[in-house]
Amino acid sequence: MDAAVAGLRRLLRLILSVAATFLGLTLVTFVIGRLIPIDPVLAVVGEHAAPSVYRAARARMGLDLPLSVQYLRYLRQILHGDFGTSVITGQPVLTDLLHVFPATVELSLAALLIGLGLGIPLGVLAATRRGGAIDQAVRLLSLFGYSMPVFWLGLIGLLVFYARLGWVAGPGRLDVGFEDMVPERSGLLLLDSALAGQWDVMANAAAHLLLPAAILGLLSLAFIARMTRSFMLGQLSQEYVLAARAKGLSRRRVVWVHGLRNIAVPLITVIALTFGSLLEGAVLTETVFAWPGLGLYMKNSLFNADMNAVIGGTILIGVVYIGLNLLTDLLYPLLDPRADTGARR
Amino acid sequence: MSEILLEVADLRVTYPGEGGDFAALRGIGFALGRERLGIVGESGSGKSTAGRAIMGLLPPSARVGAEVLRLGETDLRGLDEAGFRRLRGRRIGMVLQDPKYALNPLLRVGEQIAETHRTHLRQGRRAARQAALAMLESVHIRDPARVYRAFPHELSGGMGQRVMIAMMLIAGPEVLIADEPTSALDASVQRQVLAILDEQVRARGMGLLLISHNLHLVRAFCDRVLVMYAGRVVESCRASELAAARHPYTRGLLAALPDLAHRRARLPVLARDPDWLEPVR
Repeated sequence: MDAAVAGLRRLLRLILSVAATFLGLTLVTFVIGRLIPIDPVLAVVGEHAAPSVYRAARARMGLDLPLSVQYLRYLRQILHGDFGTSVITGQPVLTDLLHVFPATVELSLAALLIGLGLGIPLGVLAATRRGGAIDQAVRLLSLFGYSMPVFWLGLIGLLVFYARLGWVAGPGRLDVGFEDMVPERSGLLLLDSALAGQWDVMANAAAHLLLPAAILGLLSLAFIARMTRSFMLGQLSQEYVLAARAKGLSRRRVVWVHGLRNIAVPLITVIALTFGSLLEGAVLTETVFAWPGLGLYMKNSLFNADMNAVIGGTILIGVVYIGLNLLTDLLYPLLDPRADTGARR
Repeated sequence: MSEILLEVADLRVTYPGEGGDFAALRGIGFALGRERLGIVGESGSGKSTAGRAIMGLLPPSARVGAEVLRLGETDLRGLDEAGFRRLRGRRIGMVLQDPKYALNPLLRVGEQIAETHRTHLRQGRRAARQAALAMLESVHIRDPARVYRAFPHELSGGMGQRVMIAMMLIAGPEVLIADEPTSALDASVQRQVLAILDEQVRARGMGLLLISHNLHLVRAFCDRVLVMYAGRVVESCRASELAAARHPYTRGLLAALPDLAHRRARLPVLARDPDWLEPVR
């Protein structure tokens, strides 16, 4: 009974905090939209419009209303999924976003898988063999990951692995000949082509995905490995590790079963943050690799002063961040029984 | 004292450091039979180091040397990690100070007890579970099935320490090292835990090495007492004869104990003598 009440209270608190964060997000994007020196009316009527036409357009767009009223209208539109129309594509921004976002998700997920699959084991090994070869390598890799700009790595990667060695496919998601060969279901090309049984399309998509995913993966690997290392070092000095060894467990079991379980909770946060920053960092990578995702879409919108599209994209990234946070909050109690009641001791 | 279970002679532990080596143990020796042997001494005197050196649990930087270091017939000198692993939990166990930290917070305590059984006896999950439930019962836990499923944070300190004892005894070791097993507990619970330790040690005919800074406790509970100072044993006597101890450090410690019957406004301060750092003649 008490547990149910506590759980309900926790849920309520979670919903409230999500709602508050979302309001903050819309407020910030609204303010940015009003502050930037781009006149949305001019974008519609053109620079040479007569003053009367200009004023009429301005009134039609609701820009002569008080700011508070404008904000409420804006909020209502967003809640209805109405982000306005993109000037460049002439389509509703939401339609555009739903079309480009899966490409970014596919790239980010692939990068995250590489980062997790290598980063966690490397971080654990670096912690258990402190000062050893793997530890040094992880340190070097982290330094590399932090200091190398992703666009430079992308360009050099394309030069070496695509232009010189020909190991991977070039920019874009697919070769021109393969485009539009599979019906779009999830928008994730690897998945869609597999569902359609188009294995050559899948191979081509994978060849295109490999290099950008590897570069983004390397960068997230650097962060994940470093965090895993420091979490694990913290656990290895705990008394329960000594006790586990005193009862005769192998070091491997102590580290990979007892230790890893205890770093799972902080790692979930790191993983969520990494995924979020991969989406955010997509602008640079997608530009270098001509990857038709959210980042490239936002870059094009920015350069063309297409504010509806830019703000729509910003809100989408913000919503994904909120969603990731919510997900980690919901995962905590599953991984740590002490977080169950909400009353953390 | 009949058969010798654990024999230690001239056990030395040093940590190499940049400003010269630090000697944590400067040659201690004792023999443990089926008895309760107390080791007392202040913080940093090397009590815990001794216990961990015997189990091979010191950090890799520690250099361990001994003239004799024997568990039954097994020579522990130069034993590798795999060799120690077979002994730990199976032939020699260790109870740590605070069950709040010494149990893995994310694993059910029953599973942690069963894990020792599975590691050493390899009779499968069901057998390990049954053995763990029986073990919980034998350390006087009333509802073993419920406690088996509990997480460490759901248990009181006394319950946690019983779980710890169960975890270390389930594979039937001959020797148990208890490193400050009651220091983190309330006074009333301390006695219960000690009684359980005592009962187990007697019933199983084990040797117990009780490490403590509490003179009263060691005197009341143990058969024999070793007093350590600065990495050496300065006094070794029967617990009942501790009052007649000769070493000035032991005498100083005894004099510094408060006594309900004779109230004193001021307790004497231990006057340390550099001579104590010299080998005992």
